[in-house]
Amino acid sequence: MRRVAVVGAGMTLFRHRMLETGKEMAFEASRQALDSAGLERKDVDSVVLGSAPDAFDGVHMKGEYLTDGAGAFNKPYTRVYVGGGTGVFIPIAAWWQVASGMADIVLAVGEEKMSPLQPHPQYAFWSIFDHTLERPLGVTLLWIFALEMRRYMHAYSVSEEDIALVAVKNKGNAMDHPAAQLPARITVEDVLKSEPICWPVKRLDVSPTSDGAAAVILASEDVARKITDDPVWITGVGWNVDTTYWTNRELAYPEYLEKAARMAYKMAGVENPRREIDVAEVYDPFDYKELHHMEGLLLAGKGEAPKLTKEGVTGKDGDLPVNPSGGLLGVGNPIAAAGMMKVAEIFWQLRGEAGRRQVKKPAKRGLAQAWGDLMQVGTVVVMER
Amino acid sequence: MGMTDNTFPGTPIQPDEWKGNRYFFKEAEFPLRYSWDSGIAISRFLQGLKEGRILGTKCFRCKRTLVPPRAFCERCFRQADEWVQVKDTGKVNTYSVSYVNSDASRRSEPLIVAVIEIDGASPGMGFLHVIRKIEPSEVHVGTKVHAVWKGASERVGSILDISHFEVY
Repeated sequence: MRRVAVVGAGMTLFRHRMLETGKEMAFEASRQALDSAGLERKDVDSVVLGSAPDAFDGVHMKGEYLTDGAGAFNKPYTRVYVGGGTGVFIPIAAWWQVASGMADIVLAVGEEKMSPLQPHPQYAFWSIFDHTLERPLGVTLLWIFALEMRRYMHAYSVSEEDIALVAVKNKGNAMDHPAAQLPARITVEDVLKSEPICWPVKRLDVSPTSDGAAAVILASEDVARKITDDPVWITGVGWNVDTTYWTNRELAYPEYLEKAARMAYKMAGVENPRREIDVAEVYDPFDYKELHHMEGLLLAGKGEAPKLTKEGVTGKDGDLPVNPSGGLLGVGNPIAAAGMMKVAEIFWQLRGEAGRRQVKKPAKRGLAQAWGDLMQVGTVVVMER
Repeated sequence: MGMTDNTFPGTPIQPDEWKGNRYFFKEAEFPLRYSWDSGIAISRFLQGLKEGRILGTKCFRCKRTLVPPRAFCERCFRQADEWVQVKDTGKVNTYSVSYVNSDASRRSEPLIVAVIEIDGASPGMGFLHVIRKIEPSEVHVGTKVHAVWKGASERVGSILDISHFEVY
């Protein structure tokens, strides 16, 4: 397999609603990524795009609809989709093409326009549930998060206060992200007193719905070295899916994520993730998910992520900064674009280009992770400078 | 160019602008109707519910009793071997108190939803349902519940043939 580098990144603002169409947002992010690497569309051998359910846009064949915005016509083009895990699966699918020698330069684009669906984008998630056994109960996506959060709290005696600290940290980190949708200085009390939606999930435990796009460019080693003297290498990739029978699984621990992480760590030669990962962008559509995912990623022992958070280890200046971007809770959650934003953030962090968000610790190796579907998909990339 | 440039493209629309006439929007609905097949396993499960019974399937290789039942054991990847009746009691694996409907609008009354591990199924196996007739503060992980069935004449072969679960 060939070595694969990230050589450029770009993104749009993340906002509740944007005037730009999905196609226009994909263009803006792609154009910025190309500019950052000094490349043009003609230099791109292949395009990989990710976007979540077509139901948000009300546009079927969304991959094809977005073709022009991703600079993909007359090129090998692939749309990938693994629910919320899509954002980090896009660079994995792009990595296959470069590592295998099929392409030297791949443009990887994540796009999401959730705002068109009325009265609320949330409604589209109804159709991810079993049509015969679950939908008749009036299910909402929030239920599975609330059920998983409650199970996690029970298994490891985690409090709502412990979990709220993540929302406080990430929304605070987002104050320094110029594309962020919900940056805020809040307190644990604000989170605890916010409106209950599906207890234990409260308003401030949740990321918003968003419009946005993000893109990165992957290149083979020899090509990357011509483009930049500061490439960031993708040294490990991993992905895994658990059974759809989610009411038969132990929800307190994401075993599928551990499998995805071990796959990526093995490839990257990481033996002790807690010591060897310098900065992590962990999927945080809800605050408890950051803790849950840190444990699945073996960045903390089972039930121990709240302690690391409380001790400030995961803060921007801590020993293991987690979500210095501000994460989905702070920057926003345009699903496939949100995962790509995390990959872009690790790229910028490792290059020392994260501006006021730059972590204090010298960062040589980072990780981006996303998660999705019925609490069953884990996607992981390890990146190194 | 890195993040230090602080320039990210995009044209946010504020809610007041959206409701006004500043921008053009095209609105439409396309209601889609479906008729879903229940499948080999769930058809029989629904027949059981109509008869007031909860059914599972057994895999003789891994010895699990599968609820919801499936035609095949996804772990051993072979046909399930036999149908069994399990109990209509169980315990709460996890629960939530929902204040919203599926379109994110507020419910008039909160609803307790739970994953219920069914007695007689393998440990940790169960399905999603609702719990009624109890204060949310009195529900816990591990709370014992039983199915409350609709009357025989009202049962149609649906997950809603179980009206709800109650604590006992």
